[in-house]
Amino acid sequence: MNLFSKRKNYFSLDTPSEKKKTDRKKKEQGPSIPNGMWIKCNTCKMIIYKKEITEYKLCPSCGAHFRMTPAERIAITCDEGSFQEFDADMIPENPMEYPDYDKIIGKAQDKTKLREAVVTGRCKIEGNDAVIAIMDSHFMMGSMGSVVGEKITRAVERATEERLPIIIFTTSGGARMQEGIISLMQMAKVSEALGRHDAAGLLYVTVLTDPTTGGVTASFAMLGDIILSEPKALIGFAGQRVIQGTIHQKLPEGFQRAEFQLDHGFVDRIVHREELRGELGKILKLHQTGK
Amino acid sequence: MNESMRSVTIARQIDRPSAKQFIDEMFEDFMEFHGDRMFGDDGAIVGGIASLNGMPVTVIGIQKGHTLEENVNCNFGQPNPEGYRKALRLMKQAEKFHRPVITLINTAGAFPGVGAEERGQGEAIARNLMEMSRLKTPVISIFIGEGGSGGALALAVGDQVWMLEHAVYSILSPEGFSSILWKDPTRVAEAAERMKMTAKDLLKNHVADRMFAEPEDGLEHHLPEVAGELKQALTEVLPELVDTDTEELLQKRYERFRQFGSFVE
Ligand SMILES: [Zn+2]
Repeated sequence: MNLFSKRKNYFSLDTPSEKKKTDRKKKEQGPSIPNGMWIKCNTCKMIIYKKEITEYKLCPSCGAHFRMTPAERIAITCDEGSFQEFDADMIPENPMEYPDYDKIIGKAQDKTKLREAVVTGRCKIEGNDAVIAIMDSHFMMGSMGSVVGEKITRAVERATEERLPIIIFTTSGGARMQEGIISLMQMAKVSEALGRHDAAGLLYVTVLTDPTTGGVTASFAMLGDIILSEPKALIGFAGQRVIQGTIHQKLPEGFQRAEFQLDHGFVDRIVHREELRGELGKILKLHQTGK
Repeated sequence: MNESMRSVTIARQIDRPSAKQFIDEMFEDFMEFHGDRMFGDDGAIVGGIASLNGMPVTVIGIQKGHTLEENVNCNFGQPNPEGYRKALRLMKQAEKFHRPVITLINTAGAFPGVGAEERGQGEAIARNLMEMSRLKTPVISIFIGEGGSGGALALAVGDQVWMLEHAVYSILSPEGFSSILWKDPTRVAEAAERMKMTAKDLLKNHVADRMFAEPEDGLEHHLPEVAGELKQALTEVLPELVDTDTEELLQKRYERFRQFGSFVE
């Protein structure tokens, strides 16, 4: 699959917001906004003229970081034309014989024009070689099943073999439940591959994007030598509804956001999307000496 | 009730023998150690050193209580980050002295709480997965009851994974599965079956290596026998693992988890 030829102009306006459900309901009631040209930011509620949104996919009014597709991420991260995709054709089987799993996957593929919830490859960032993996929350909430686990593990192993740094852009709702325990095993699989990359003295950078939760947080998202996050991204292990069900009280303001994780010592830096490529380039450059 | 749901029910029974009871039956001279050296001591994780027929070992279990009071102390067997960090501390200690590690798993899952998130539940589990995968000493993980998701896996990246007959291990509870995937909280038993979460199922896809039968009239009436079987099995398996070249041991452990995945290209 060539990622770029199939790139299309769909816009997703998911932003770090708890209000998604009501918005979805509104959509079902019929568009209140002239179709196609205008969109509403979930964070500031402003109606935005689509053409005002740049390739960084930020709200022109409040700066909210909208969720991105891998193709969009590559365009703002990698040096032009440098991205070479790995394992582009990998698709899942059905380890738990979950009814209609192939149809569910097919639907997600049609919607996103992707094969699975992660794209991996190698590229140059400001002239520095790196392996990168970019997850996509539009594909079944970026859930981690066999393909996500295998593609990321292979990317890490390849980085170890070729003595390259790896950068993973995370976004995930957690495990791919339809793959049952095999989905859980992916957490161990990716983590052990990262253990070898680490032991080889190589650099691993995670870029946490909205939302990064569940099994991805409890494995590779939290294992970076350097952990960057986009502003306001939701980052946590347990789901907010589950926690609320346990404690029966309101969650604190800003709970599990990037700024909360920075305050509690689990994120190195919060980086605005427009600065990200430059910061990654700098980090890669400063780690070149060990090679 | 189907077989899977029966196991789920048995695994959760309040009188099911706890990790601490197994430890007392299986090992001699157990000495419990406390604390993660960073934040506190988590009663949901019980760990320390012991002797297995004269062989020094490190034992770490996830502890559930039989009474409300016990459960308050061990948080119903749901560890917080400091519990996973205590476990890792004890595992690194075992590595230093080249003692095998035996983990006993019985948890509905890692605790979902505000404090747990503030102290990095995700980071604590993640770190355990990575460090266990390269711990330079043998690790055997035994599921004695519930095995709930990442909170169980965080102590189960072992050279071998054993399960009692009615222990279960899954990505989430059958209740969660049926309400999240099917939006129907009444299909719990069906979910339990679909998830293939019993020891028998998990032997088939190699998530588990070995199963230990449980007496029909309840494990709680036969703890010494079943614990004795586990002890016997450990006594047979551990000396060989201890003598295995570390690189070979780690390579095999790597491959054990590397193989999981179901995909086509
Ligand atoms: Zn806005």
